[in-house]
Amino acid sequence: MTVELFIQYLVAGITYGSIYAIVAIGFNIIYNTTGIINFAQGEFVMLGGMLSITFLQLLPLPAAIALAVLCTMAIGAAIEMLFIRWLVNPGVLRMIIITIGLSILIREAALHIWGDNVHSLPYFIGNEVSTIAVLGARVSPQVLWVIGVCALMVVFLNVFFQATSVGREMRACAANRTAAILCGIDTRNMVTLSFVLSAGIGALAGAVMSPITYTQYDIGTGLAIKGFTVAILGGLGNSLAAVAAGLLLGIIEAFSVSIVPLAFQDAISIAILLVILFVRPHGLFGSSAAAGLKEF
Amino acid sequence: MKLKNLALLPLLAVIVLVQLLCSWTDSVFYLTQLTMSAYYSLLIIGLCVLMGYAGQISLGHAGFFAIGGYLSAALTTRNLVPFQDQFCVRLLDAAGCLTAGQDIYGEALLVVTPWAACVIAVLTAAVVAFLLGIPVLKLKGHYLAMATLGFGIIIYRIVLASSYFGEADGISGVPGFTLLPGLSVSGDFSNRAANYYIAWGFLLLAMLLLRNLIDSRVGRGLRAIHGSSEAADAMGVDTARFKLHTFVLSAILAAIAGVLLTHYNGGIGPSEASIMKSVRYVAIVAVGGMANLWGALIMGVILNFLSLRGLFGSYDDAVFGLILILIMLFAPGGILNLRFGGLRLLPNLIAKRKREGN
Amino acid sequence: MALLRINQLGKHFGGLHAVSDVSFSLKEGAIKAVIGPNGAGKTTLFNLISGVLSPTSGEVLFHGKAIQGFKPYRIAGLGVARTFQNIKMFAGMTALENVMVGRHVRSGAGFVASMLRTPACRREEVAIRRKSMELLDFLGIADCAEIEATSLAFGQQRAVELARALALEPTLLLLDEPAAGLNIYETAEVGRLITRIRDLGVTVLLVEHDMSLVMEISDEIVVLSFGQKIAEGLPTEIQRNPEVIKVYLGE
Repeated sequence: MTVELFIQYLVAGITYGSIYAIVAIGFNIIYNTTGIINFAQGEFVMLGGMLSITFLQLLPLPAAIALAVLCTMAIGAAIEMLFIRWLVNPGVLRMIIITIGLSILIREAALHIWGDNVHSLPYFIGNEVSTIAVLGARVSPQVLWVIGVCALMVVFLNVFFQATSVGREMRACAANRTAAILCGIDTRNMVTLSFVLSAGIGALAGAVMSPITYTQYDIGTGLAIKGFTVAILGGLGNSLAAVAAGLLLGIIEAFSVSIVPLAFQDAISIAILLVILFVRPHGLFGSSAAAGLKEF
Repeated sequence: MKLKNLALLPLLAVIVLVQLLCSWTDSVFYLTQLTMSAYYSLLIIGLCVLMGYAGQISLGHAGFFAIGGYLSAALTTRNLVPFQDQFCVRLLDAAGCLTAGQDIYGEALLVVTPWAACVIAVLTAAVVAFLLGIPVLKLKGHYLAMATLGFGIIIYRIVLASSYFGEADGISGVPGFTLLPGLSVSGDFSNRAANYYIAWGFLLLAMLLLRNLIDSRVGRGLRAIHGSSEAADAMGVDTARFKLHTFVLSAILAAIAGVLLTHYNGGIGPSEASIMKSVRYVAIVAVGGMANLWGALIMGVILNFLSLRGLFGSYDDAVFGLILILIMLFAPGGILNLRFGGLRLLPNLIAKRKREGN
Repeated sequence: MALLRINQLGKHFGGLHAVSDVSFSLKEGAIKAVIGPNGAGKTTLFNLISGVLSPTSGEVLFHGKAIQGFKPYRIAGLGVARTFQNIKMFAGMTALENVMVGRHVRSGAGFVASMLRTPACRREEVAIRRKSMELLDFLGIADCAEIEATSLAFGQQRAVELARALALEPTLLLLDEPAAGLNIYETAEVGRLITRIRDLGVTVLLVEHDMSLVMEISDEIVVLSFGQKIAEGLPTEIQRNPEVIKVYLGE
């Protein structure tokens, strides 16, 4: 393998890996405040891409993306308020089934609105063929957009959770919900906020990735599985580890292209997921150590 | 025969009545969808025991259905003439498991007989379920859901990506499956009524067996795990083994359903292995009330029939998604348990039967 | 020979020594009580014996065979039954069905036999039902047989739990606070019941707070404090033991 090819694979891996990391962080934010795995997380990414493409017909690109992100956030809030908020003590099984149902509804709605064609946003800078040199390899500038935006989101979330009072309240809610209520924090609003945040970062990632990965109504499930793999790899609830795990999975996938047929590529991340679940199921069950890392 | 199994008699009467009605009113085409619904329901009542009684969710049961359907389809259609000299093929031949013939172009054709294919397919599903179940059933909640979902996706990817399984086109031209002389599972119009009874016969038999199971030492053990796994342990119930055996049992039923439906339809496509199918099965069990075999059976037949009739049009998947959400939000006990101001919407069949039985 | 021998048993949760270096033995056909203030490690000791927890050190010998670290269902299969401090009924099952689960290790029908309802399986089922009804009768709650267990009164649930444990035909019965939540009349009744169970040949190890009950029925008493054994002996000896008095009444 030439150095150039190696770097090309590496960059591709990092690009996909940062998207997986954002999906995983979306899982983590909601998991931390509610203990729910939101199976519809991948659909937020799809919606971000699709809505941006639609709004682009009326608005310039930055405005279209901004509006798409805001709309997805509103959808996230609506989901929480309509389906989650008023349930008293729902079991895990019930929540799993509800969020799966939601992901199906969103996907089917997308199918009826946008059809089953592949859509994509235009490249933010240049076009399909424009490249810039990175360490001797030629990569698309859009790749840098994806990596850059994802990195910025990670930094933003970190600052949000560490330095703002709302962020701290959300962390308090994650650490001990009852105690948070006793301290006067409205945990319900925190849950809504966690859905809004997850939807927002998912949608933004969905918009920036759209030019290179394309957007289709059914990309959500695959992304959700990969995001979940990454979340588990990093330890559920631990978002910084999710970034490392996301990059790891992305890079493994990228390099596996040279060994495994493309059609089986999805199977790799699922195999990793299964192995992780089998080998370390107990270590991953919200152990006290993992709970201690429940912050961004 | 115990008195409580008489509860199956009204069902038998309904089955016969529907068939007669269909032939009198000249609407035998309904029988086709009813036959298919019966096969899907076979899978669903197995999943019902796994989810409702053993308390384990599976989002990958379409995978077991596909293992059964695809293997029997591939084995009974893929020509083995080029591999005639290989050890496995000769072994199958010596065991009388191969049948020779001609394909549509007059070329020599050597394929596995449906019976042998069925046995291989169901055994494969059972072994896969066993090997998968050992690690998977140690998981709980989200982890179990994701692991079984992952399994389902892997099966889907495999059938979609391998030419042996026909990729996106699936496998067609699957021959009929002669169960007994004169009794064949196939899509021939002349066989429509017979096939209707075969399918419902399988479903009734499975229902009988599963009802026996629930009301036995094993069934009590399973329900005890659900009631309090700590106390079940203390009473000597090997919870891990029971969960695993139930998982394998439900996989076997799914595979049998897959085999029979594939022979009935004369083919199978990748959509049968899709996650949406697995989710649909879970939805139907949930609508039926989880730990309610009658609920699962009734809902399995009704919803599959409506879906196969095309009533939901292009909103098919959306309808099942919506059903899932509505049931989980408003009637987590299943639709048969839905109450309005203290009045049950529909009589709770299983509770009534239970009292009659005791 | 001792039916049960606990040898230098220890269980640590991180830095917390819930049970440390506890040894005692239990004669066949005896009633032995484990007492001690709250947090002395009595329930942990029970969980170690019944396999819910595996010990950090030491051994549990049942019939002279080491059983520590076995899964709970295996220990139950050896003939060790237990009840729980806070009653654990099987929800959604009748009182009779609860007791029938207790017959689990004394019967053997598997998946296939159960589905086919073979003649052997049917005979076994009849036997299970008869034995379970007998036990409900023994405990005086036969008329509750068809009622869902969780909807029974507290005292009745205790009785069902006891019947369920007896259905296992245990050689060793572990009772975790059998009189908790009962009034003095019911407590006295439980005392008589435990003596009757002992007379059936079942060896009993119990954890109990009610001193009058313990002193009345126990053949021997072990006293735990902060996870350690501080005394062991006949009830009269324990009552006079200055160490025990200190633990219970303070300096």
